[in-house]
Amino acid sequence: MMVVGIVAIAAVVGPSLIYRATGFTYDYIPADSNLVKSFPPSWTHPMGTDNEGRDMLARVLLGGRISLMVGIISTFVSLLIGITYGATAGYAGGKLDELMMRIVDMLFAIPYMMVVIVLLALFGRHTALGQLFLLFVALGAVSWLTMARIVRGQVISLKNQEFIMAARATGVAQWKIVLRHLVPNTLGPVIVYATLEVPAVMLLEAFLSFLGLGVQAPLASWGSLASEGIQNIAVFPWQLVFPGITMALTLFSLNFIGDGLRDALDPQMKKS
Amino acid sequence: MANPLISIRDLKVHFRKGRQVVQAVDGVSLDIQPGETMGLVGESGCGKSTLGRAILRLNEATSGSVLFNGKDLATLKHSEMQRQRRHLQMIFQDPYASLDPRMTVAQILAEPLDTFGLYKGGERDGRIQELMETVGLSPRFVRRYPHEFSGGQQQRIGIARALAANPDFIVADEPISALDVSIQAQILNLMERLRRERNLTYFFISHDLRAIRHVSDRVAVMYLGKLVEIADAKAIYDNPLMPYTKALISAVPLPDPKIEATRKRLVLEGDVPSPINPPKGCRFHTRCPWAIPDCRQAEPMLREILPNHWAACIRISPEQPHIEQAAPQASAASEVTDDPSR
Amino acid sequence: MNLLSVRNLRTHFDTDGGIVKAVDDVSFDLAPGKTLGIVGESGSGKSVTNLSVMRLIPAPPGRIVSGEVIFGGKDLLKLSTEEMRHVRGKRIGMIFQDPMSSLNPFMRISRQLMEVTELHMGHSGKQAREHALEMLHLVGIPDARARMDSYPHEFSGGMRQRVMIAMALSCRPELLNADEPTTALDVTIQAQILELIKKIKTEIQTSVILITHDLGVVAGMADSIIVMYAGKVFERAPSFELFEKPGNPYTKGLLMSVPNPRSARGELYQIPGLPPDPANLPPGCPFAPRCEKVQDICRREFPPLVQLTPDHESLCHFAKEVYGESAHLHS
Repeated sequence: MMVVGIVAIAAVVGPSLIYRATGFTYDYIPADSNLVKSFPPSWTHPMGTDNEGRDMLARVLLGGRISLMVGIISTFVSLLIGITYGATAGYAGGKLDELMMRIVDMLFAIPYMMVVIVLLALFGRHTALGQLFLLFVALGAVSWLTMARIVRGQVISLKNQEFIMAARATGVAQWKIVLRHLVPNTLGPVIVYATLEVPAVMLLEAFLSFLGLGVQAPLASWGSLASEGIQNIAVFPWQLVFPGITMALTLFSLNFIGDGLRDALDPQMKKS
Repeated sequence: MANPLISIRDLKVHFRKGRQVVQAVDGVSLDIQPGETMGLVGESGCGKSTLGRAILRLNEATSGSVLFNGKDLATLKHSEMQRQRRHLQMIFQDPYASLDPRMTVAQILAEPLDTFGLYKGGERDGRIQELMETVGLSPRFVRRYPHEFSGGQQQRIGIARALAANPDFIVADEPISALDVSIQAQILNLMERLRRERNLTYFFISHDLRAIRHVSDRVAVMYLGKLVEIADAKAIYDNPLMPYTKALISAVPLPDPKIEATRKRLVLEGDVPSPINPPKGCRFHTRCPWAIPDCRQAEPMLREILPNHWAACIRISPEQPHIEQAAPQASAASEVTDDPSR
Repeated sequence: MNLLSVRNLRTHFDTDGGIVKAVDDVSFDLAPGKTLGIVGESGSGKSVTNLSVMRLIPAPPGRIVSGEVIFGGKDLLKLSTEEMRHVRGKRIGMIFQDPMSSLNPFMRISRQLMEVTELHMGHSGKQAREHALEMLHLVGIPDARARMDSYPHEFSGGMRQRVMIAMALSCRPELLNADEPTTALDVTIQAQILELIKKIKTEIQTSVILITHDLGVVAGMADSIIVMYAGKVFERAPSFELFEKPGNPYTKGLLMSVPNPRSARGELYQIPGLPPDPANLPPGCPFAPRCEKVQDICRREFPPLVQLTPDHESLCHFAKEVYGESAHLHS
């Protein structure tokens, strides 16, 4: 299982490295002044070109970089918020827990897409980088809710385990118990959820870009590529097919990474 | 008697369960002398684990006091209690569950040392090694994880952790119940040796009457949140006075077929009542073969029926300690002013 | 003629760590109307032996490799699954350790009881219900008629165990198989259940196999006892004989390490070391690493089964010596 994890990590990290390398150069085929600038796959352009004549491979790679960044950073943000919130609520219990969870319930009720769209519409008109950043935060901010619930559930079930009581009997301070004992033992489900979250966020971003709210050209994300590609699907199918396949493969291997990571971190699998 | 190490006075721990109140511990008073092993025996639901945890303030007491070295642990400020914890440690029932599965043995043993700022720097490794050897584990294994050890070894780690900060008092909550018979003997012997060597005081909680008899100096019997009998270990087993204790002792199967074949067992009817709604009056009267109508009225107090042998039953007295021969009425002198625990 | 005759039973499990010989050449007999106690610690193979007799071994990873289980003249291991199903419940009843997990929490008690007789005895609904009520009375459930339609969680542990016994005995089986029936119960409830089993044994005239790690329980219940270690029978003897004159160092060690309330206080005898890893047994005698009487030969050669008396066998190179030395262990 660990082997699969490592392979999966390599599979995805590899391309990321390539992304980084080629991300700096996405060739333009200088406007060849033809009306049709979009060419099917050829040796110089393995994935063909898009409507503007830009090399699809480069755009897919760049898009991948951005999509992955969005997915990972957003999930990371939601992890941070979710774990802190969930662990506190779970450990505190009682009224504080109830209050915190009611807040979560209320936030859950808000249609998050609306929130993100509104946020982006209001604040997203500045620099491209600023928009990306806002995208990260917005997506992370709405997905922490489920993470908080998961962590809280784990903490509650762990809280009454004897080793936690033993830590209290030893005199360990409360915050230390949460940090050193509870949180590390919640990592199992958290990691699994996080690796499900990354693809979900990526799809979310794709949707937003599809709507035109996300990444703008010439930057690309898989979502924006898909949205561009779908317009010409009958004529230039490669514009959609390649970004689509790449995205699917990546999401698939992310799940394996999740499994591998979780097993790697499980002390029961560890031998000293 | 000499000054007790721990003095519990009228300790109550009530839990709220929805609209109901679970009277887990309902007015327990007990003295534990330094250097002794005080056994606490009772069946499930009697509140013995809750009592053990309440002494160490792992459960908050609803009322009452726990005096240690002149301080009332039940009402100490949180920070002050944390300091006192150094002297009061616990060994748990489930050896594996009491160890953080993500920490190595070295980390587990280092935690109490860190908490109390002991054996810092260069001394640390030496102390950990010493602890391992004391409990009979090879120091080679300090970097291993709990799951790599057997149940008995895990319990030894738990004991080592409890000893790390040089405590005076250890609450052992069913420390051998989860272990195989041949390993139980090992752990009991280890605990006894440590007690002698380090002058420890144990509060040994168990449902296993045979083990309790073996390790304890004195034994307290608990039923539905109250203590019903306190005496020397030998006295409890050879001469139980209170009917519940009699039934308990009688129920223990002895590894001797000759005795088993011929003994007349006292078998109780019915189930243990719930601590949410304990019976009125004497809590045991619903199952007691010697119950009389008066038993439903008054809650019996612990009285010194024989020298150093306390029992809570209205039908027996110093004049007539044996209930089989007692007249079917409450004995005289049921007003109590005696301190039941010394 | 014996009710049950187990001969050379071998059950193996395929695990990542190798083949575990959970039951390794086990033989014993059970006469009608008698109680056999199987004693051992965790990993000794006692539960697996029992499950093998009942053919309840999960396969994979387990398989019964060889042996015979002759019950009422037929070899159970050779029966088809269908035929075996008719044996279980009807001719052999089983009680398990944890009554909560062996009763269906979603089914009323009455239903669970009725299921047994409807299946095996062809009762109609009405007959099954009457019979169930009878069984509940037999096992001492108070207020049975009113309570029989309750769910398991509405009963206490002791009551649930009684219900399980009622289920096991519904069809008046010839053999009652009890696997650690009282381990999860309080001492006073345990006493109740053991008395119940004794009473029922005489009333229904069933034989009993009682599996436990508790020597006290087995002393009070069993006519004959086998002691298991590392998948093998280390000693077999009538109950009185085993306790007074054990012929095997392991048995002796076990007897000495149980705190006896009647004996004086002092250091408990302890068997050193740990129970063996069933996947990695040492050559020679499996108990050699922990035995106080161990000699060179014990480590090299597997011990012989020594016949000490017609009813008493011990697996040990020095069985005769140990047997001779055994005085009364308990005053």
